[in-house]
This record gives sequence, C-alpha cells and structure tokens, in this order.
Amino acid sequence: MHVKPEMPREDAELRDYLTHQEEKSLLRFITCGSVDDGKSTLIGRLLYDTKLIFEDQLAALGRDSQKYGTTGEDLDFALLVDGLEAEREQGITIDVAYRFFATPKRKFIVADTPGHEQYTRNMVTGASTADLAVVLVDARQGVLPQTRRHSFIASTLGIRHLVLAVNKIDLVDYSREVFERIVADYRSFAADLGFRTIVPIPLSARFGDNVTTGSKNMPWYDGPSLIHHLETVEIGADAEKPLRFPIQYVNRPNLDFRGFAGTVASGSLAAGDEVVVAKSGQRSKVKRILNGSAEVGKAGEGSAITVLLEDEIELSRGNMLVAPMARPHVADQFTARIIWFGERPLLPGRQYILRTETDSTNATVSELKYRVNINNFAHEAAKSLELNEIGECNISTQTPIAFDTYAENHVTGAFILIDRMTNATVGAGMIIHPLRRAENIHWQALDVDRNKRAELKNQKPAVLWFTGLSGSGKSTIANLLEKKLAASGRHTYILDGDNVRHGLNRDLGFTAEDRVENIRRVAEVAKLMTDAGLIVLVSFISPFRAERRLARELMEEGEFAEVFVDTPFEECARRDPKGLYARALKGEIKNFTGVDSPYEAPENPEIHLETLGRSPEEMVEALERWLEERESADGRHDDRN
Amino acid sequence: MQHSALAQKPLTHLDRLEAESIHIFREVAATFAKPVMLYSIGKDSSVLLHLAMKAFYPAPPPFPLLHVDTTWKFREMIAFRDRMAAELGFDLLVHINEEGVREDINPFDHGSNTHTHIMKTVALRQALDKHGFDAAFGGARRDEEKSRAKERIFSFRNAQHAWDPKNQRPEMWKIYNTRIAPGESIRVFPLSNWTELDIWQYILKENIPIVPLYFARKRPVVERDGMLIMVDDDRMKLRPGEEIEERIVRFRTLGCYPLTGAIESEADTLEAIVREMLTAQTSERQGRLIDRDEAGSMEKKKREGYF
Ligand SMILES: Nc1nc2c(ncn2[C@@H]2O[C@H](COP(=O)(O)OP(=O)(O)O)[C@@H](O)[C@H]2O)c(=O)[nH]1
Repeated sequence: MHVKPEMPREDAELRDYLTHQEEKSLLRFITCGSVDDGKSTLIGRLLYDTKLIFEDQLAALGRDSQKYGTTGEDLDFALLVDGLEAEREQGITIDVAYRFFATPKRKFIVADTPGHEQYTRNMVTGASTADLAVVLVDARQGVLPQTRRHSFIASTLGIRHLVLAVNKIDLVDYSREVFERIVADYRSFAADLGFRTIVPIPLSARFGDNVTTGSKNMPWYDGPSLIHHLETVEIGADAEKPLRFPIQYVNRPNLDFRGFAGTVASGSLAAGDEVVVAKSGQRSKVKRILNGSAEVGKAGEGSAITVLLEDEIELSRGNMLVAPMARPHVADQFTARIIWFGERPLLPGRQYILRTETDSTNATVSELKYRVNINNFAHEAAKSLELNEIGECNISTQTPIAFDTYAENHVTGAFILIDRMTNATVGAGMIIHPLRRAENIHWQALDVDRNKRAELKNQKPAVLWFTGLSGSGKSTIANLLEKKLAASGRHTYILDGDNVRHGLNRDLGFTAEDRVENIRRVAEVAKLMTDAGLIVLVSFISPFRAERRLARELMEEGEFAEVFVDTPFEECARRDPKGLYARALKGEIKNFTGVDSPYEAPENPEIHLETLGRSPEEMVEALERWLEERESADGRHDDRN
Repeated sequence: MQHSALAQKPLTHLDRLEAESIHIFREVAATFAKPVMLYSIGKDSSVLLHLAMKAFYPAPPPFPLLHVDTTWKFREMIAFRDRMAAELGFDLLVHINEEGVREDINPFDHGSNTHTHIMKTVALRQALDKHGFDAAFGGARRDEEKSRAKERIFSFRNAQHAWDPKNQRPEMWKIYNTRIAPGESIRVFPLSNWTELDIWQYILKENIPIVPLYFARKRPVVERDGMLIMVDDDRMKLRPGEEIEERIVRFRTLGCYPLTGAIESEADTLEAIVREMLTAQTSERQGRLIDRDEAGSMEKKKREGYF
C-alpha cells in the first residue's frame, strides 16, 4: 500500500536527487481552531497520504485506535500526533507537536496546536515560527470563539497567509450552502486581521476529501486541495531587509582571534562591508566571515556565522552589527503587544525580565493601554492582563535595547517576559513602535516622582516669592541667599523678572493682561522646578495681590512663601539703581509701580523683611531660619547634620 | 561604502538545519555556567559533535562530552569513541553506575526495562549530579517518537531531573528562556527538527565519521524475539535452540548490543544507506527493544530523567 516513488539507483543519480531535495523550499504552518475540529486528524491524514507513516507505526496506530480511538473500526489518525499519555487518555491535544513531511515540491514543518484556551501558550509557541495557519472549523459548528481567538493570535504573530479548512464536510452532506455560509461568516470578522490570503477549502480530514486530492463528493468545488495549495502558496519573500546581526557569543580562543558569533537575522554581509554597532554607533569593517571552519565571502539571512572585524571595538552579546544607512531603534521605552501566559496577572509597575533573541534586561510595564476583547476585537480599558489575555502596553527597560518593530522584522522585534521569582516564561511580546520620553509621561509619574527627586537632592522644594518695589533689594537678598544655600549643598534656582522678560516672556508687555500672563508663566516654571526638587527664588515686583494668589495656588500646600521686601517708596526712589524712578517721575515710563501704577502690599506674607537699617546678611539669616524650621518640622531631613 | 547589494540565495534545507543547531549550541555556551554534551556514540551523536566543532571553531567546544556507559555497548562503539576523543581532542567523561555493576545488572537477567533504568537513566542522573551540570545537550529528534515530537528544544528539568510534559515553558521564535534555579537544569536538543533522512544526508554531505556497525558486513547474529541480535562478546548466553549465524547485516540505530536489532541489508556505503533510507518501510525504532516494552514507554522514561 505504501509504495515509495521510483528511487535513484546510481550514486551520481542519487546525488542529483538529493541536491534537488535540498533545494526545495520550506513551509512552516500550524493547524489551529477549536477542540475537536479535527486538527490532529488532519495532520495524521497528511502524514499518511504523503507516505510518511512507516509500517511499524501503522501497526501501532492500529493497536492504539482499538484502545483509545474515536473512529470505530477505522484508523484514528489523531493518535499519530497526540503523543502524550494524558492526551491519549483525555483525547485532547495539550501541547504542540512538530511533524515533518515532504511532497515532490516542498518540505513542510507542521505544528499541531492545542484548541483549548487553557493551552494558549502552546498555540503561540507553534504560531511564532509559522508562515501560514490552517484554521479548522467543524462544518456542523461553524465559527466558534476559539476560531476567532486563534485567528487573532495568528494575525498578531504576523502570520499573513491563512487557509480556512471547513472540516467534517462529510457530516453535512458535502453541502455547498453550509460551506459558503461559514466562509462568509469568517470573512466578515477576519477582514481586519491583515491576512494577505484567505483560502477556504471544504474537506474531510477523516476520509481525505480535498486533503491531498480533489473530491468526487463536491463537484461544486473547483478550488485547490489543501496540499496543492500548501505546495504552491507564495510566502512573499519580502524585499531584502537591512543587515541585522545580533551578537550571540564572543569567541576568543586566543589573543589573535576575536570572533563575533551569531545568526544573521536579516540582510547580508560581506568581507569589506562597513558595519555599525547598534548601541554605540561605532563603525568598523568586516574583515573575515567564517561559516563553521570555512571562510566565506558573504553570508545572508539565517546563516550562523562568526564575524571578525578590522578594528578592536566594544561589542558583546546583546548588541548588534547593523547596516550603517538603516539602523534599528535603540531605546528603553516602547509600545508592544503582549500575550500573557502568567498564572499571576501582568501588573503595571512590576518588574520582569525581558529577553530578546540575545539581549536580556529588567523591564516594567509602565502603562497598560488596553486589553483586546477576543469576541469583537474591541479595545477595553484594563488594570491588568490575566492568563491568556492580549493587550497593548508601554514598556520601560532598565537598559536600552536595540530593536526593530515586529512588523519590520520578526527576529529583532520580538521578546519574551520572564517572571523573576519562578523563571517561568509569562509573556510573548511584539514591538509596535519606540517611545520618545515625552510620550510616556505615565512612566515618569510611576516610579520617579517629585518626592523621589526631592529625596535625591536631600531637600524640601520651595518657592520663595520675593515681592516689593523696584529697587527694594529683592535681587540682592535673593542672590545672597542662593550663595549661602549652595554652600550648604542645596539645589536652587533664581527666576528674575528682568531675565525672564528677555527670554521666555519676551513677547509680553506691561498691559494688565500681559502682567497676568507674565506671572502665570513664571509661576508655572517655578512649579515645574519644585517638581524637579529645587528651591526656587522668584524675584518679581508682582504688585497685585491677585497675581500672587494665582502663583500661590499653583504650588503644593506649604511650598510657597511670600517674602515681602518692604522698603519705603522714598528710599527706593532715592537709591534708584537703574535710573528708572527718575525717568518714570518725568513721565518717560508708563505704568511704573509706585509712580503711576499701584503696589498692593501683602497682607499676610510668610516673611516680612523691613529693610531699613538692616544688612542683607541679617535678612538672609532670617530666610535660612525659616527654611530650616520648615524642613525639621517635617522631620524628613534630620539625618543631614 | 559598498554594501552587498545582491540578495543572498536562500539557504538549502541542510544549511538551515545546520544553522539552527549551531545557534542552539552557542546560546547554551553563552548563558549556562556548566554545560555538557551527552555523547552516545551513535550517528546522531556524531552529527551533534560535528556541529559543536563547527559552532565554536577555531576553539574546541567549551564543554566536555559525557558518555554514560552501560557496559553493554558494542565493542566497536567504545573503540570508535576513544579514537574520536584522541583525534578531535575533546574532553571526554565516562560514567558507569558502579552500584549497578556490583549488583551485576544486565539486560539478560533483569530485562531491558530494569537494565535501562539503572544503567542509563539512574547513571545519567548520577553523572549530572556529580558534576553539577546545568545544561545537557542530547541528540534526540522530534521525528523519532511521539512524545519527542512534543518536547521543546530547551526542555526544563526540575532538581530531580524530571520532565513535566503538561507544563512545558512556551518557546517562541528563537528566544530561549535559559533561566533556572540552583539544582534545576535544561536538556537541550539541537537536532530537534532533523529527520533520520536529514541525518544521513548530512553525514554524506559532510563526510562525518560514524561507527562501522552502520555499514553492512558479515556479522555473527542470532534470531531472538523476532530480532537479529549480534553476539558481540561471550556474555551473551544462547537460549536453547538458538544458533549463531553469519549474516550480512547492519544497524540503523545503536545502543546496548543485546537490545539492538540488526537489519539484513547490503548497504555498505553511505550512498547505499541513504538509498535504503529513501525506500524504508519501517521506522528506526523498530530495531529498539526498549520502546516496545509498553505504550507510552518513552514518555515515562523521559519523565524519570531518561534523555
Ligand atoms: N466525520 C468526520 N470526522 C472527523 C473529521 N475530522 C476529524 N473527525 C473526528 O473528530 C474528532 C476530533 O478530531 P481531532 O483530530 O482529535 O480534533 P482536534 O482536537 O482538533 O485535534 C475525532 O473523533 C475525529 O475522528 C472529518 O473530516 N469527518
């Protein structure tokens, strides 16, 4: 019954034959779909019909079919693949099985993936390396939730070619209507999943209709048999991608040989090519390439090689050699799609180990953007991802990694997440795009907040808002205070009215609106600075109570101190350090505070400095005392002295 | 800058398999503290060794080879092993379960199951524990047997060396989770995706040395339990009615001689072996007594720590 094709007799003929076998292309595919839709049966049938079952295996299958089979007297092909004891006893597929077969046109690796949601991790395992998915549907049941789920996962993992196998067609009388209804159903939801080809085939895995040959039972069907399609489907060799050579292992047997071993993820490289180290940007040239012990001029995608460079440069595992003109992203924040396998949910803020093909670093989910509802593919808000859920999130790594987006490159755009305590693989990730820091404010808020920054500076941030007439002494006092604070290790900044007007507020004049805007901007800047942990000294005339209240209200409770530098008008006009009073009094300057514009003195300033008869040093001491009392009242920094 | 503009020819089937295996070897060398390669002297081990030599060239493989000797291997296997170690200069460790030897555990009196368990499975566990290896390469292929078809390339073992088939780590892309706690280990199978035919084609293509027992020659055999067993030394007691015959035979797979069936064949060159393979009607495991003991026997052995 199992007659193999005519075999070559002569050695020369044999070598020709083998060369031809060698050059066959390879198609990796998965079978998926709901439990009992017939995945294992289909694979068994494929192996059997392509003469890959040996006689002793067939005999064993006969025995097993009697013992565990579900097909009465017939051989139960599912038992050829359900290889674990628990699988045979329970009649289900638990883990993915890899099978190999070939036809005269192609070689195949097929992964039979389990249908139960519980074993999603194993389905993803099989799908991660597949070019095509055969999604089975039981003709009697039609599209089930697992059909959607598996289609979605296949799409998420970047599988672009799909066969919709409407199985058990024998049980619905080979009905064209049933077939067409299921196909229409399927297409309506799969339209958005990004498959390049969806080929529907009505078949009977059990009896072989349309598996390897056509079917007399379905004269209405004129499409290809499953095997014919698998043999001929073009798995679009994408346009050549730029060089990505992740360093796996540095081979240094002696001082004269420093080889960078790895597998070319994409593109190609040749001796003499200029290359760049992804993370550092350092350049060098390829000196030699070894494939095993053989020196080769050039190597392409998939080759496991050892590269020697012209220059001694810093390069180790986890880094990459790349094309100078098309470099990968190097970042510590990015957005990714995650499929979660952990028994404990994925939680933003918890640390995991992130592993790419050769790199490894600590990583945290900084923000969970949404979870995908598997029934309607809707995005739902979520605080965590539970077992077998899929979501999109922002990830932050402890050290930057070099990567491409998964859409651009499956090898350099994928990662797994590992639980730090149990070492279990808890997630599969596909990078969508890198993040610039500004896009990821959540992360900033999450771990390094204003308290953390202040703590690092060992101080309590504050805004000392100096108000008073022009020439009252605000800047003199503020400058002296800053010197003394800096001497005692405090981090400070002075915002001075004049300086700010030259830059940030260059566009503002002295009308009432502009004054308010002037104060608003300065107050906002001061606020950011307190967020940064600084002690900010603002030196502004700020004549109106309403403006100063506006500033006060922006700050955290207790962080704002109004410092009234109280020098009488006459004294200020007498000092007149910049000659402004003279000009104002002559009417050359309009809206001058104290001359033709009022100064509203503070009613309840935190600190009231009457300057007449006191030295600046005295007054600065008063301010220092105030700051110190405030810190120790809080009890936070008494370890300083 | 002159960048290689022409697209590379896609790799051939064997190139692809070779590259995948080399990648796996390097991954282990880069991430484990104390790896070891199980060397069983058969054709798969020969291929494994050849790949390891390539992966680290010009350095020797950065790990030792371990042969678990049941003391019942074919004499030609032991001679071959020692010759390869001398020629290639790798670090060879040989472990024998001395307790088993003292109790004279043997396949004739104790049966293949007990013999294999004590002299192979237990012996292997002893050797791994003694040296504290955290990763061990094996030559198993997924096409050999149904439970193998389900096993990961990086296959986790707990501190008792046990495999839990229902709870394997997912293995996506070529990203391997190599993290383990102290006492735990990983079994690594670089030949997972090779078939028996691939192995022979590769041996042919690369001219890899293999034990001469794979080639057909006149050998002394007896027929026992439907198999042809070679009489390799005088420990083999003949049962009543058995007669030693000289027949032209060869082996598709090698193990303990009393448990390994020969096949009648004229294939005395690699080409002839490959030609025979292409028309084979039975699987190689046909020749192994140990797998016939009971259904699911391989899975059971693996759970106990067998390779
Ligand atoms: N009548 C009929 N039965 C089938 C067909 N395909 C599979 N089956 C049966 O459906 C049941 C489930 O098949 P199985 O392959 O184990 O499904 P899996 O869970 O998807 O792997 C078994 O009893 C099969 O014999 C088919 O095309 N026609």
